[in-house]
Amino acid sequence: MTSLPTALPASAGGTKLGLVIDLDICVGCHACAVNCKEWNTSGHSAPLTDWNAYSADAEEDGDEGAWGVWFNRIHTYEAGDGADARTVHFPRSCLHCETPDCVTVCPTGASYKRAEDGIVLVNADLCIGCKLCSWACPYGAREYDKTEGVMKKCTLCVDKIYNENLEEIDRVPACVSTCPVGARHFGDLGDPDSDVSQLVAERAGYELMPEMGYKPVNRYLPPRPRRDKAEDIGMPERLADLAQRVPAGETTSGASGLLGWLDTMLSR
Amino acid sequence: MSINPFETVVETVDTSPTVSDETKFTTCYMCACRCGIKVHLRDGTIRYIEGNRNHPVNKGVLCAKGSAGIMQHYSPARLTKPMKRVGERGSGEFKEVEWDEALATAADWLGDIRKSDPRKLAFFTGRDQSQSLTGWWASQFGTPNHAAHGGFCSVNMAAAGLYSIGGSFWEFGEPDWEHTKYFMMFGVAEDHDSNPIKMGLGHIKTRGAKFVSVNPVKTGYSAIADEWVGIRPGTDGLFILALVHELLRAGKVDLHYLVRYTNAPWLVIQDPGAADHGLFARDAEGRPLAFDKSNSKVVSALEADISPDLAGEHVLPDGRKAVPSFKLLAERYLDPSYAPDAVAAQTGLDAATIKRLAAEIAHAAFEQEITLDVPWTDWAGRRHEKMIGRPVAMHAMRGISAHSNGFHTCRALHMLQMLLGSIDCPGGFRYKPPFPRPAPPPLKPVGRAEQIKPGTPMAGPPLGFPMGPQDLLVDEAGNPARIDKAFSWDAPMAVHGMMHMVIHNAWAQDPYPIDTLFMYMANMSWNSTMNSKGTMEKLTDKDPETGAYRIPKIIYSDAYASEMVAYADLVLPDTTYLERWDCISLLDRPICDADGAADSIRQPVVAPDRDVRPFQEVLIDLGVRLGLPGLTHEDGSAKYPGGYPDYIANHERAPGIGPLAGWRGVDGTEGGKGAPNPDQLKRYVENECFWRHEFKPEERYYKHANKTYLETATRLGFIGAPNQIIMQLYVEPLQQFRLAAEGHGANQPPEKDRERIKRYFDPLPIWYQPFEESQVDTDSFPMHAITQRPAAMYHSWGSQNAWLRQLHGKNPLFMNRKQGERLGIADGDWVYVTSHHGQIKVPVKLMEGVNPDTAWTWNAIGKRRGSWNLGKDAPEATKGFLLNHVISELLPARKDGYRYANADPVTGQAAWYDLRVRIEKAADDRPETVSEPQFPVLKTAPTAERPKGPLQFKGRRGQ
Amino acid sequence: MHPALSVIFFTTASGAGYGLLVWLALYAALTGDADPLIGWVGLPLALALVTAGLLSSTFHLGHPERAWRAMSQWRSSWLSREGLAAVLTYIPAGLFAAGWLLADRNDGIWSIAGLVTALLALVTVYCTAKIYQSLKTIPRWHNGFTVPGYLAMALATGGLWMLPMLALSGAELLPIALPTTGFLLLSAVIKWRYWAVTDHAAPTATSGTATGLSSLGTVRLLEGPTTSETYVMREMGYKIGRKHAVKLRQLAALFGLLIPIAVLAAVLAMPGSGIMAGGLVLLAALSGSIGVVLERWLYFAEARHVATLYYGAEFA
Ligand SMILES: Nc1nc2c(c(=O)[nH]1)N[C@H]1C(S)=C(S)[C@@H](COP(=O)(O)OP(=O)(O)OC[C@H]3O[C@@H](n4cnc5c(=O)[nH]c(N)nc54)[C@H](O)[C@@H]3O)O[C@H]1N2
Ligand SMILES: Nc1nc2c(c(=O)[nH]1)N[C@H]1C(S)=C(S)[C@@H](COP(=O)(O)OP(=O)(O)OC[C@H]3O[C@@H](n4cnc5c(=O)[nH]c(N)nc54)[C@H](O)[C@@H]3O)O[C@H]1N2
Ligand code: SF4
Ligand code: SF4
Ligand code: SF4
Ligand code: SF4
Ligand code: SF4
Ligand SMILES: [Mo]
Repeated sequence: MTSLPTALPASAGGTKLGLVIDLDICVGCHACAVNCKEWNTSGHSAPLTDWNAYSADAEEDGDEGAWGVWFNRIHTYEAGDGADARTVHFPRSCLHCETPDCVTVCPTGASYKRAEDGIVLVNADLCIGCKLCSWACPYGAREYDKTEGVMKKCTLCVDKIYNENLEEIDRVPACVSTCPVGARHFGDLGDPDSDVSQLVAERAGYELMPEMGYKPVNRYLPPRPRRDKAEDIGMPERLADLAQRVPAGETTSGASGLLGWLDTMLSR
Repeated sequence: MSINPFETVVETVDTSPTVSDETKFTTCYMCACRCGIKVHLRDGTIRYIEGNRNHPVNKGVLCAKGSAGIMQHYSPARLTKPMKRVGERGSGEFKEVEWDEALATAADWLGDIRKSDPRKLAFFTGRDQSQSLTGWWASQFGTPNHAAHGGFCSVNMAAAGLYSIGGSFWEFGEPDWEHTKYFMMFGVAEDHDSNPIKMGLGHIKTRGAKFVSVNPVKTGYSAIADEWVGIRPGTDGLFILALVHELLRAGKVDLHYLVRYTNAPWLVIQDPGAADHGLFARDAEGRPLAFDKSNSKVVSALEADISPDLAGEHVLPDGRKAVPSFKLLAERYLDPSYAPDAVAAQTGLDAATIKRLAAEIAHAAFEQEITLDVPWTDWAGRRHEKMIGRPVAMHAMRGISAHSNGFHTCRALHMLQMLLGSIDCPGGFRYKPPFPRPAPPPLKPVGRAEQIKPGTPMAGPPLGFPMGPQDLLVDEAGNPARIDKAFSWDAPMAVHGMMHMVIHNAWAQDPYPIDTLFMYMANMSWNSTMNSKGTMEKLTDKDPETGAYRIPKIIYSDAYASEMVAYADLVLPDTTYLERWDCISLLDRPICDADGAADSIRQPVVAPDRDVRPFQEVLIDLGVRLGLPGLTHEDGSAKYPGGYPDYIANHERAPGIGPLAGWRGVDGTEGGKGAPNPDQLKRYVENECFWRHEFKPEERYYKHANKTYLETATRLGFIGAPNQIIMQLYVEPLQQFRLAAEGHGANQPPEKDRERIKRYFDPLPIWYQPFEESQVDTDSFPMHAITQRPAAMYHSWGSQNAWLRQLHGKNPLFMNRKQGERLGIADGDWVYVTSHHGQIKVPVKLMEGVNPDTAWTWNAIGKRRGSWNLGKDAPEATKGFLLNHVISELLPARKDGYRYANADPVTGQAAWYDLRVRIEKAADDRPETVSEPQFPVLKTAPTAERPKGPLQFKGRRGQ
Repeated sequence: MHPALSVIFFTTASGAGYGLLVWLALYAALTGDADPLIGWVGLPLALALVTAGLLSSTFHLGHPERAWRAMSQWRSSWLSREGLAAVLTYIPAGLFAAGWLLADRNDGIWSIAGLVTALLALVTVYCTAKIYQSLKTIPRWHNGFTVPGYLAMALATGGLWMLPMLALSGAELLPIALPTTGFLLLSAVIKWRYWAVTDHAAPTATSGTATGLSSLGTVRLLEGPTTSETYVMREMGYKIGRKHAVKLRQLAALFGLLIPIAVLAAVLAMPGSGIMAGGLVLLAALSGSIGVVLERWLYFAEARHVATLYYGAEFA
């Protein structure tokens, strides 16, 4: 149903599932992006088509390089100027917004949001491939499969997170279970007591482009401030400049001084 | 669905589809990290590969490469059948032959060599994880000319570590991720510990420990560091020694630790001019001496309960003077020339920062000392109630080792760790078994002319650890005995060999001509070599008289249509990593972690659909055909008729020690040592393809001096005897070489090498300007140029991967924005990059987070047209590039015309990151602009089919 | 946004078609006994333009055979409403045509049918405009100029196409020519204001807000997610050079406004109407349509999508 559903209340078992991504520790390794592709190319939205995969049919494709459908993409930005600039790795996938136009603009009802958990999906049997939903997504999260003629997108691994053929512990999105640094968290952002909600509260997790009014569910944890001053690690001032602290007699003039402080050291 | 146009159709999603009908465990090989994987199969097709949650290396996670394994396995670049060259070498023209013919040919070529002069076989392996087999095979064959890629990889790191602390970084040790409070990382992009480092960094950052990254470039790991130290390449040694200077001045060193665990108190003979000047004073039994303050006597330094002096000058029984090595150390580094203010300019850092970092290190180590309430017993049987920790951990890799001053820089770093007392203590650097081993391990290289006999195995392994000139592999005149000149005066401590010099030397027939170059898993005509163009020429160069190739025969085993395949006369196609047995052995590069010893296997997850064979099978088959004693019975029949799996389970290197340590003993109850167990592989498969022995809490720290651990290690066969492993601040073997250069002893360097040996074989760490920088005119070549590993690519072999090549299908040269603007270069412009050796034309991307004097690019993205079964206009070939074309394998000629390898003078480590360049704008970006140099399009050897049209992988049969 | 020819053709052709329907209906209703000749030429032309437009928009779909499903979401989707309105328009249009051409009647209920057609035609154009206007992601579309612009241009081009038929049947041009001129000028004003305002509008979002990293300083893309193309950049990453755009705007003004107005002025100045006048107004119609096509191409090419902020654009 294209018009947005009224979310199933928590009391009735309704959830608001989403991802929390920690920009402070993401090293930009692309593991989540590739593992996402690997899971999904044989999953609910199979296949995640690639074009010109081996640069053999560039002519008909207009790109010398391989390109294809990915649900999760890792960008790297530099924020600031010169040596103080921060390099920030930035994974980007569907944010499963609460009030997304990508759903309401769809003429067929193929693009829909689930009432029970808020996951935004595309019904591939219904989609006419008009692409309007992708125009309506501010986050560039939708990817059109021109070979299949339908729109595809992050499914929040809907075929994994509830999958009874998998062990309980494996029922998390592929991108989350594979992230080597543990920068990706999955859970119910509707429940203020959930681990993810707690994390967002502690770390001041934020929404992307709130000005769009789509109310994204996914949250990003900001990079922590740099710690390149002595006090940042609680180092007492007296240590701040070691050289000032060479005790009397402990000159730098080799052995004599050396002997001096060696004894004091050892007799400590 | 109804046909009512106004109906809103509601989708019912199947949230529990069957994922797979079968899962198998094995070990990933998309890089050298050896993570455990769980492979999901759906009617015989690989549907999903995920990390094995129970595996000690990756604990369930998988990196980008590992997650792209499916595309590697189904790659159209896979070779399909053995091939013999028919066209000119390098033309890529082959005819396919049957395995019997291929193996017969190889056996025939190698057989003749073995009977006449085994040295004429040069057998070198690249990304080899079966070095315990290949190295053993080489000595069985009888040739000293064997090594893996370590020589151009990171041997500086390995050698410095093994000679100093009996262990090393790489994947041989790890920071104490649990307890460290201050973590410093030097020159690491990815490392072989890819996933563990990522897991560790996430962990310590979340715990709030401080993470400092010393690296000219702020990407990857450096991007998430709490502090980035954007050092100028090649100057880490200075930076580290300045930290040492500061710590010494402030007395912030752990003297108790030094006394107990290092050779700091050992007395060094002070008798300038004497043949033993600078060596340790020893007693009749050869035990080093120390001065015991408690009874003012010179006693054996190995005594447990002495209180040795560290700073005095003492008189030896023979009346000569001697001082503790620590005195020499302290005096040297307290010198103002090592002060932050003195080194700041060179390193591109400001003195205040260096001072603060020294202070922070001291603060973490000494003011934030941690203690674990774990009683333990030291080597001398003394019980300690607690484990004291200095929570400062270090890790380093090729950023400091891939320089011509890398050996000493790595030594300096280990010295810093020792001074802080932060080696194998809680919160510090931790050894991974089988390390620590004696520093250095008691193993000598074999291969001098007199040690080689036709038709006979060598008495030992071709690689080892020289203790002095007497252990070099040279003849009386001092000429190298090995084709790569490892263990010669050019590189006396080349403990990993010098693979990067093999093709050059074989071509130059220096020190002697060889007959067959046999290589495995190394793309030596392209990204794996310096001066790629020159290397291709050497591979195809012919003797003007005879018209024969200067390198007569080349056999190569690859699994894919790499650039190197075209240069082979005989190609032995390998399987993919999911189609074979393999063993990741404790004898090689195991998967241990600091808390446990472990090894693992690969099992065939799917059967090959091509006429290919696992290289190890081929090697064993060849060994049988050649009648190698280790592989055949007297009657010539095969010792391991079951091939490689048979060998893995039943081969014994020494009594009770085999390729795998798990489930040994006929009943499979023994770990480490024990009789072979025919069911061993079955047991591994049952245990998800790995074995792990976890250490008791009291064994986990101070392994170098921990009685309980040392005994366990001895039992498991890691070390010969449970003796304390004493760390070497002062490395005596270096002084042995120096003395020879000063004219002492029977084995002295040729004149041309004397000065070099004198200068660079300093028993204490030194810093000197990298060779290329000191030999070229730095005004004409003002910039440094380096490469980095991209996390999502593994050297050349990821470019055939339909998914990975989308992430890195081409590479720009990254440079500092201000620097670029100064040179009138804008984003997307094309520039000429010129070194003393050559020139390339490449596109530029400007950035903020890079040292102003440094340009860099991703490693090994550039491909040769026609290779890897990619379309000829693949961006890897047209827009991507290799820096290798401007890196020379030789240094500029000396006055006497001699050209040393572009390598470290101690270990022969290839000095990739010494490169100096000039960057000039070439052209604006145009679609038709291509990177230079370009080479003739390679004729792709027969390979698997490229899918027609779009690639639509669904993890089902028929794909 | 990538200026897809199918969409450009669809919006311009159907715009002109619906505009023409409006004028035909009004003309018929006002005159009461309109010349069948005008109907015989005008109605097929109008319906052809509309139908061709709709078809071309269907062909660029991934699944044209499912196009009929596109009406189901009229509750929320302007695209759905547009489809519905378009289909509905055919019903009264059919009646209207039957009356005029077969029964030679356009008074009474037949003229009502005509007026309903006119109304639905305008509704359809309105829906089309709303599809674009409602996209918050594309600031250059998400503003007050889109809807009046589409309507005015539809009526202007429709009017321009009406004139040749009047000339053909020797009817008086003025009653249509005057309002057409009016709509031409109105379109021009709207477009001129549109450019004046949107060119200097404050960005809706920046690479800073898109990433949430603005507090750290200017946010620049160091590396995109892939080194090759992505769907988002192919579809939305279209960039057009400043100079190029200015030239096209001038051409759009020339063909869409100046030439038609000049021609109309000349024609009206001429006594009576005949072949000569017919030829001239046909010229005006062609020129006007070319102008609108250029305008529509720019409407897409100049529009920036906020998603491009993730790929290196600094504002949108
Ligand atoms: N400029 C620059 N150059 C460098 C470096 C650098 O930092 N900068 N790094 C250097 C270092 S440290 C190294 S280790 C080298 C690495 O360079 P290489 O050792 O060449 O490593 P790869 O190119 O990854 O792989 C070598 C070959 O192994 C083949 N291969 C892959 N899988 C299999 C298999 O299962 N069986 C067989 N038989 N073959 C297989 C691949 O097809 C490829 O041809 O590069 C060196 N080159
Ligand atoms: N994903 C991936 N992982 C890999 C590989 C791969 O190809 N891809 N290759 C494997 C192999 S063979 C190896 S040897 C290891 C190598 O592991 P690494 O040593 O981590 O790999 P490099 O790319 O050589 O990284 C060198 C780093 O040192 C920095 N650097 C360069 N010069 C200096 C210097 O003078 N000082 C300092 N402080 N830093 C410097 C560079 O910016 C770079 O970040 O990686 C292994 N792991
Ligand atoms: S896997 Fe984790 S660390 Fe790697 S890019 Fe994704 S989020 Fe970042
Ligand atoms: S991110 Fe885009 S696709 Fe996902 S819900 Fe929000 S608007 Fe829709
Ligand atoms: S592309 Fe498919 S999902 Fe998207 S709006 Fe059109 S019909 Fe709906
Ligand atoms: S949740 Fe699943 S589909 Fe979405 S990005 Fe992660 S892996 Fe991909
Ligand atoms: S790090 Fe990645 S590629 Fe390397 S072994 Fe582990 S999973 Fe495989
Ligand atoms: Mo390496």
